[in-house]
Amino acid sequence: MRAPGLALRSLLPFLLGLPALLALQGSLSDFWASVLITAGVNVILAVSLNVVNGFTGQFSIGHAGFMAVGAYTAAKITLAAAGWAPAGLPPRLADGAVFLLALLAGMVTAALAGLLVGMPSLRLRGDYLAIVTLGFNEIIRVIIENTAFLGRATGLSGLPRRTTFAWAWMGVIATVVMARRLLGSTHGRALLAIREDEVAAEAMGVDTTGYKVKAFVVSSAFAGLAGGLLVHLIQLCTPRTFTFVKSIEVVVMVVLGGLGSVTGSAVAAFGLTLALEGLREVQEYRMVAYSLLLIVLMLTRPTGLFGTREAWDWLPRLPWRRRPEEGA
Amino acid sequence: MRIARALPLAVLALAGCPKQEAPAGPQPILFGHVGSMTGNEATFGDSTDKGIRLAVDEQNKRGGVKGRPLAVKTLDDQGKPEEAAVAATRLLTEDKATVLLGEVASSRSLAMAPIADLDKVPMVSPSSTNPRVTKDGAVTRPYVFRVCFIDPFQGTVMAKYARDTMKVSKVAILRDVGNDYSVGLADYFAAKFKELGGTIVADQSYKAGDQDFKAQLTAIKGKHPEAIYVPGYYTEVALIARQTRELGMQQPLMGGDGWDSSKLYEIAKGALDGSAFSNHYSHENPSPVIQDFVKAYQARYGSVPDGLAAAGYDAARIAIDAIQRAPEVSGPAIRDALAATKGFQGVTGVITIDADHNAVKPAVVLKIQDNAAHYATTINP
Repeated sequence: MRAPGLALRSLLPFLLGLPALLALQGSLSDFWASVLITAGVNVILAVSLNVVNGFTGQFSIGHAGFMAVGAYTAAKITLAAAGWAPAGLPPRLADGAVFLLALLAGMVTAALAGLLVGMPSLRLRGDYLAIVTLGFNEIIRVIIENTAFLGRATGLSGLPRRTTFAWAWMGVIATVVMARRLLGSTHGRALLAIREDEVAAEAMGVDTTGYKVKAFVVSSAFAGLAGGLLVHLIQLCTPRTFTFVKSIEVVVMVVLGGLGSVTGSAVAAFGLTLALEGLREVQEYRMVAYSLLLIVLMLTRPTGLFGTREAWDWLPRLPWRRRPEEGA
Repeated sequence: MRIARALPLAVLALAGCPKQEAPAGPQPILFGHVGSMTGNEATFGDSTDKGIRLAVDEQNKRGGVKGRPLAVKTLDDQGKPEEAAVAATRLLTEDKATVLLGEVASSRSLAMAPIADLDKVPMVSPSSTNPRVTKDGAVTRPYVFRVCFIDPFQGTVMAKYARDTMKVSKVAILRDVGNDYSVGLADYFAAKFKELGGTIVADQSYKAGDQDFKAQLTAIKGKHPEAIYVPGYYTEVALIARQTRELGMQQPLMGGDGWDSSKLYEIAKGALDGSAFSNHYSHENPSPVIQDFVKAYQARYGSVPDGLAAAGYDAARIAIDAIQRAPEVSGPAIRDALAATKGFQGVTGVITIDADHNAVKPAVVLKIQDNAAHYATTINP
């Protein structure tokens, strides 16, 4: 009885989301489309980082590194497939298929990078992990800057513009569904147990390192997806996009939204992107206003906007809706 | 806590004040400028913006273009390519800019170029020197132009200067590997210098943001070069110059237009005396065109215009010239006029736009004496 219900819960957002996004896409101006795509990319980054920083209670600040891995993989694939037109397939469909393939490949390589970094470093805790992930972020960037195949510091230009509003927000749906389903699963409970008390979790038989690495790999894969989507929006893949400043921005979004809250980090990422765009008019004062906003929010709500709660926890309990018992 | 809550509102209210007043009469022709007004390269965006605004205001005093006034809207990109892309999209689709101006750094111009092509709005980059900005692979981008020379030319200029004027034959290179501009210049310099019979004795690298360059400089010192080519940006170059002298090396340094900032001399404190760099223009050039520009700029901003301000001024003036010559104010018409630019008398030299939308014009070499740059020579293409 449970299995079909679960499958439906995972698939329904996609089935309902796609037509809605396609309908919305038609009514968006170019500018709003690109702002909303950027916002969507940031939501994917924040929600996926929340899996490590929020659910598992680890502190990773190398998200942009995994983004870069996914972005370069996807960019190389779409560049290689440029001009490739299989017979009998309409070109738009072929482009879409290549792009989907490129994004998936980007996720796989980013996940592999996550595994490679996670295996040795997730035995570390707290500050040490932060330093290792930061180091990895820089290593990735330096490797790219010194590899002729990846275009060195100039990067790869001339990418096709493939990321549309629907593509980006389908990615958002996938990320949010992943995070929510993960949180409700055995894995998710193990991650929460690690966050609450690592020693106690280990004493209860939770394979702490194993679960941490798994969370890290999943999180990296979605960072790779965000990278792939971003470079096919700006049609340029350069190491300058993936500096540790980008990683810090994502951490800020997660902390601001509330560590452990999926809707919180999504709302924070979305809100911050729009706020920064709105503040563009005020030029030099933009970053001052932005920083002040962060300081004030942290002073008034140290647990972040949502804490560990989700947006619907504030809704009145509806008779037909069973509230799942949250462990946190 | 109440004060803390009120602060961002106060900041927003303050920041909202310097709004442009809407000029009465006919609809203005809008120039959209994307620049790094904040971030590491903030002086680049600031200088360029000042140059653009000066050119536009001068034209408005002469009655605008085709009976319409000109207006400038500048958006900050914080020095990030993805921000430059969004800012360009905003200027073109929301503000309906007629011409897009920017960016200084090639990596940001590369992010803006596809958007200009997509929206069929001409874009003029004041000082992006990477060849790929106007030419993507084998295809020239239809709507993207620049008013500066490209990296190959700037690299070869310094190679010629080193061989012909400085008469050196052994040069070491110290490049910023994280910067496409620096890598490009270093490669073209090395190629031309070897072609002219010189040898590159050492090729070391650093990264922007580094503070200590002693390891690379010690390695270079061991090879006994006669000069060191450092095609980086001003902050690191100044630090490198000081550490070179601290190590007891007296060789002159050479570089490109990334040196051009008053900050260079503030940080170097005389360590760069005897060094030389290629640039777009020199404010000491006695030509009346340049002297008029320098006077107008000084009267308005109280400082001597640097090369980027001059390039921004020329970018705006070439766009104005093209709009005047175009039969109508539309993207394709202005583009055709821009492509046909020939012998335009700019502050940074006589500019002709070639088939690849690059400016063909001379470069000047500036020599640093007494902690200030002085005009040394002009090298023609």
